[in-house]
Amino acid sequence: MPLANARAICPHLTVFDADAAADAKALNDIADWCDRFTPLVALDSPHGLFLDITGCAHLFGGEAVMMRLLCDVLTAQGFAVSAAIAGTSVCARTMTRHVHGRIVRDGEEADAVRPLPVSALGTEDAITRGLRRAGLKTIGDVACRERHEITARFGAGFTSLLEHALGQGDAPISPRKPLPDYIVEKRFAEPIATEGVISVTLSRLAEMLVGAMGQQGKGARRLEACFFRTDGAVRAIAVDTGQPVTRADMIDRLFRERLEALNDPLDPGFGFDLIRLSASRTEIVVQQQRDLDANVHDNDELAALIDRIAARIGGQRVVVHLPQDTHIPERAVLAVSAQHHLAAAAQAAWPARVEEEPPLRPLRLFERPEPIKVPFATVPDGPPHHFTWRRATHAVVRVEGPERIAMEWWRRNGQALTRDYFRVEDEAGLRFWIYRDGLYGSELVTGEGEPAPSNWFVHGLFA
Amino acid sequence: MSGARTNTLATLRGSIERIESHSDTYRPDRVALGHADADATLQGGLALGAMHEVFAAGRHSAAATGFVTGLMGRAAARRPLVWIRQDFAEIESGALSMSGLAELGLDPRLLVTVRAADVDTALKTAADALACDALGVVVLEVWGEARQLDLVASRKLTLAAQMSGVTGLVLRVAAEPLPSTAETRWIVRAAHSPPSAQPASAWGAPVFDAQLVRNRHGPVGRWIMEWKCDECLFAKPAAVPQPVAAAPAHRPYQTPARARRAS
Repeated sequence: MPLANARAICPHLTVFDADAAADAKALNDIADWCDRFTPLVALDSPHGLFLDITGCAHLFGGEAVMMRLLCDVLTAQGFAVSAAIAGTSVCARTMTRHVHGRIVRDGEEADAVRPLPVSALGTEDAITRGLRRAGLKTIGDVACRERHEITARFGAGFTSLLEHALGQGDAPISPRKPLPDYIVEKRFAEPIATEGVISVTLSRLAEMLVGAMGQQGKGARRLEACFFRTDGAVRAIAVDTGQPVTRADMIDRLFRERLEALNDPLDPGFGFDLIRLSASRTEIVVQQQRDLDANVHDNDELAALIDRIAARIGGQRVVVHLPQDTHIPERAVLAVSAQHHLAAAAQAAWPARVEEEPPLRPLRLFERPEPIKVPFATVPDGPPHHFTWRRATHAVVRVEGPERIAMEWWRRNGQALTRDYFRVEDEAGLRFWIYRDGLYGSELVTGEGEPAPSNWFVHGLFA
Repeated sequence: MSGARTNTLATLRGSIERIESHSDTYRPDRVALGHADADATLQGGLALGAMHEVFAAGRHSAAATGFVTGLMGRAAARRPLVWIRQDFAEIESGALSMSGLAELGLDPRLLVTVRAADVDTALKTAADALACDALGVVVLEVWGEARQLDLVASRKLTLAAQMSGVTGLVLRVAAEPLPSTAETRWIVRAAHSPPSAQPASAWGAPVFDAQLVRNRHGPVGRWIMEWKCDECLFAKPAAVPQPVAAAPAHRPYQTPARARRAS
């Protein structure tokens, strides 16, 4: 309906622009809140949600009570809600478009859907219009026709939608979050808001979770704590661990570190009425007799320390290093997360150093080489006498080189010039690793074929 | 005196000794650095389970890093190492290179690096790591002045190190020393490579001009130290004239604080 017509009908109409992004966010927030009813919540954009409540309804006193509870809370928040429960998701969605609060018994889908108009199926406008023009007003009318006639006119997609609505087969829903392996939760009759109660609840939940996992010999690699506020906001906080956690005190400690270090602290508002702890990734733990070898114990302690630090400042900030098979200095070492690669790093094969040789590689390496000013060199491809780096001039007293490192031609990484590295020491005893970018006369030429001046960089500092 | 009273007296003496043990009979494990004079001054070497500070000017940051790496190599004894540094330090003086660490004779496989965003995080992480007795050495690298690293913070770190036996090294580049409870404090500069037959192209092992400016349990000194990458220890470089020892700014060790008046 055009806006002008609408205004003609209702002169006091208030008009807003549609904000699709805000709508999507609101729907997401509602979905977060719906997590309290079932872990399987799927978005049905733009305005719907699917909740797979298989095996959950009895926890809330039956399907009818559960649906009423959900609708009441959402209505109280100011949303217009229409809900239905049915054996298939498409059937339930079809019901919500015309009847509110209907519960369709198993096997009665077809009877429930038949009297509804075809627009309830929610297909494209063209199809709905086509059906109406053909005189098929209700879903029952369409269902009476032969399937091949419908398919020939409106496509196979519409036929399968119709069949799903009639309860013949079902389309799977795609939940927003993968189903966690273990969930424990605590509901409160009165919302809780104090830090002490929250931390005690978390430790209790951790014990319950560990108990549940322990029965099946599992340990958690990823834990998630969800705090459901009374006003509907949900805060989820996740903690990753390097090795499976099987102890409640460790879970407790990890969450304490994480909660302490949050940039925007946990805001209880008017209190939390549900706290849930779930293990979203678990691993089988092989329980073995601790031997007396101190190394094993040390490794466990180190892994626990890394988990704690990572929980506080983030897993990507605690790193171990793996050697790479390349000559390019800045790519020779790869920094990887310590939580996931501790074992790999402990067994990495580093190139052995040359005995009786002073260090060939600098102790400190700049991520991007810093340009230096070199006034002149005695020979064009020789080392410099002086250079200026960070506004200080250094006179070269000793020099060793060049060590020529050619770039990897099989990689297409733009400009790749051969580098001549020199190890130089200045008059104060400072040792630098400098290089000239490009070979004089062959790689560095101007447009006329004349040798071009070369660029120098300092790439690292020796001890 | 009856036996019971002697016994009581002995118990009391024992407990007094225990109370005073931190100040007078402090005997930490020590590991020799390898440099004979420095080890003699330090009474056997670097104290384990204590904090040590290394200061350097900005341009000597690589030398100070090398010196800290050397101390780390001596104190670690093949146990895991944790190197905590600020993001800022990497921009100023480059990232710690694992290839360079391997060239100095250390094992990069033992090192875990923590990249802290600021000094507060770095300090907290350091206190945590020092409390973990599975580690060998914890290095805290802080660039520039940091008022968070005050006497209280330093005391916390020292206590954690004493409890766990983990050695803590604090690398302070471009900073002025503040009061602290560290066991030793060093100021490190780069020194020339040892001379050789071909002066123009001689490239030697890393050499440091290390000045011990504070030592809680002994005198101070200044030495030229060479790090032997193959043996993984410090040594006196061959044929380098040692600087004339400065007159000790401190009073000699174990002399009373105030000279007794002759009466």
